[in-house]
Amino acid sequence: MSEILRVEHLKKSFDELMVLDDINLSVQRGEVVVIVGPSGCGKSTFLRCINGLEEIQEGRVLLGDEVINPAQKGTNKHREKIGMVFQSYDLFPHKTILENTTLAPQKVLKRKKDDAEKEALELLDRVGLASRKDSYPRMLSGGQKQRVAIVRALMMHPEILLFDEVTAALDPEMVREVLDVILDLAKQKRTMLIVTHEMAFAKAIADRILFLDGGQVIEDGDPKQFFESPRTERAKKFLSTFEYDRS
Amino acid sequence: MGFEVLFKGKNLIRLLGGVGVAMKISAVSVLISIVLGIVIGMIMTLKNPVIRAVTRVYLEIVRIMPQMVLLFIVFFGVTKLTGLNLSAEAASIIVFSFWGTAEMADLVRSSMISIPVIQYESSAALGLTKLQTYLYVIIPQIIRRLLPLSINLITRMIKTTSLIMMIGIVEVLKVGQQIIEANRKSSPHAAFGVFAVIFLLYFLVCWPISKLAGYLEKKWEN
Amino acid sequence: MNTEVLRSYLPLFTEAFLLTVKIGWIGIALSFLIGFVCAFIRYFRIPVLTGIVKGYVELFRNTPLLIQLFFIYYGLPAVGIRVSAEVCGAVGLGLLGGSYMTESIRSGLEAVPYIQTESALSLGMTKTALFVHVILPQALSISVPALVANLIFLLKETSVFSAISLMDLMFTAKDLIGLYYNTTESLVLLVLFYILMLLPVSIAGSLIEKKARFKMFGD
Repeated sequence: MSEILRVEHLKKSFDELMVLDDINLSVQRGEVVVIVGPSGCGKSTFLRCINGLEEIQEGRVLLGDEVINPAQKGTNKHREKIGMVFQSYDLFPHKTILENTTLAPQKVLKRKKDDAEKEALELLDRVGLASRKDSYPRMLSGGQKQRVAIVRALMMHPEILLFDEVTAALDPEMVREVLDVILDLAKQKRTMLIVTHEMAFAKAIADRILFLDGGQVIEDGDPKQFFESPRTERAKKFLSTFEYDRS
Repeated sequence: MGFEVLFKGKNLIRLLGGVGVAMKISAVSVLISIVLGIVIGMIMTLKNPVIRAVTRVYLEIVRIMPQMVLLFIVFFGVTKLTGLNLSAEAASIIVFSFWGTAEMADLVRSSMISIPVIQYESSAALGLTKLQTYLYVIIPQIIRRLLPLSINLITRMIKTTSLIMMIGIVEVLKVGQQIIEANRKSSPHAAFGVFAVIFLLYFLVCWPISKLAGYLEKKWEN
Repeated sequence: MNTEVLRSYLPLFTEAFLLTVKIGWIGIALSFLIGFVCAFIRYFRIPVLTGIVKGYVELFRNTPLLIQLFFIYYGLPAVGIRVSAEVCGAVGLGLLGGSYMTESIRSGLEAVPYIQTESALSLGMTKTALFVHVILPQALSISVPALVANLIFLLKETSVFSAISLMDLMFTAKDLIGLYYNTTESLVLLVLFYILMLLPVSIAGSLIEKKARFKMFGD
């Protein structure tokens, strides 16, 4: 295994508020890292920092051996290599599904239209949406939109994929269809960083769990061990919020 | 630059008096438009096809006919057809109210229909009577949507009042022209100063009102 | 009403109509140009120019066209700037319209959700590609109703041109009423020509509004 992403002493604050406090992380090629933690713990901000959507105050993010820094020019070159899917349906509403998935490959990678469309159709077929290629985003359900968003990210052939609570805004019956697509990607040995509230899914897909609380990494390790016998009190308390009993 | 003319004799006072004439006509038209607009706007939300057709034609006339043309029709046309001697002031108040009422009614109608049905339903579910629902839930929401828009309409009506000089009312522009004319020899540049000041006067009247509308709109956004 | 009079007035009104339409549309083209440039300046927060644009928009949105035309046509020559009535009409309408267009286009640009920018950036798009392919098309479709309203407003405002002695429809009507007292015929032609000028735009505008939404969002 080789290292693909490295985060060193990352600090991020919004004005006075410290959101991420000295985060360190090394991700290997093909690894699936699931990031969990209570609301407001900084999980989403962490992903956004990795993709250079947020400026950071201290530390650095390295993709391979290149530093990602939104304050510098050329961040979009790094972003090509990092795919990201957001919580809200962020498809381009004025473009069809096929156009949504082929716009960036044509404009950024300068690929031929036919060539990009061919690949997009294959990928859309794989997520079961090839027949909707000429539909507009508004005509799709939330789950379908998220599957398109994943295809759109894959079309850039990213080296690493970031998922930011992609099922949080979905109706329960649509969560599954999206998670199945992500599980399929894990089988293809894709490198992924996933922020989620779906604990069963996290347990099933993760090679490694990162537990964030108060802007710090509290636990970092094996999913089985994390879910069955968390080492810290904070992790125990967090996991207990997903259990119900009437006592 | 021609500004000195304004400080001669009573010129500035006369100019402000001209503004007063325009503002008086605006104020009367605005008042009539708001009252009639609210009534007609409410009538327009009814589903009666005849009312719909009539108000539709009314709105479309106002939408495409320049106020200047309406002013001509009323001032010259009505006089001619009825033999009635309509004063220019009366003609302009009739026209601006006819136009303003349509605009106001359209604002009232769209604010009223923009309130989601769920607001009525959830009020009913809480056991509020129909009167209480309107009083505490619906009308406050309508006012929040309506007020900034109607304040904007007021500035539009004030700006449109500048047209009255075209049918011979002596208002600020006309007074300005008279001042320029009277001082042609002593201040040849008076036209620049006088029209610049009139420009500024209109701005000083309209700008604070649009700022207020913008402020309310922002404050009540959600 | 006298049809003989109507017929004899028709050429005069046709000529006036063509002049009004010509200057009106030149002014409108100018207003779109000014509107786009100023809206981009504000959207990209270009220093210094943003302040100037803000001042210009406030000034021209809060004063009547009639006063603006008087200032340009009668006021400016006193300090040595002299333009023909036609140029004054087009420029005045362009400046007035530009201030309205700026606001409409700018609010369209700002109404595009920020997530659109972020997702385009995360696909590696450059700022230019993001603006041209993602932000601008969405912004324009949001602005369409406001732009159509501005268009109709500006065409109506052409009725003020007569104040600077442009031989437009209003001027012709007033002239004929003053000279021959054929009030009814003059007014009928005046109304007909304004319907001819505005009704097609009003109808086309409503259609475009519906179509823009249909096409853009696939309803």
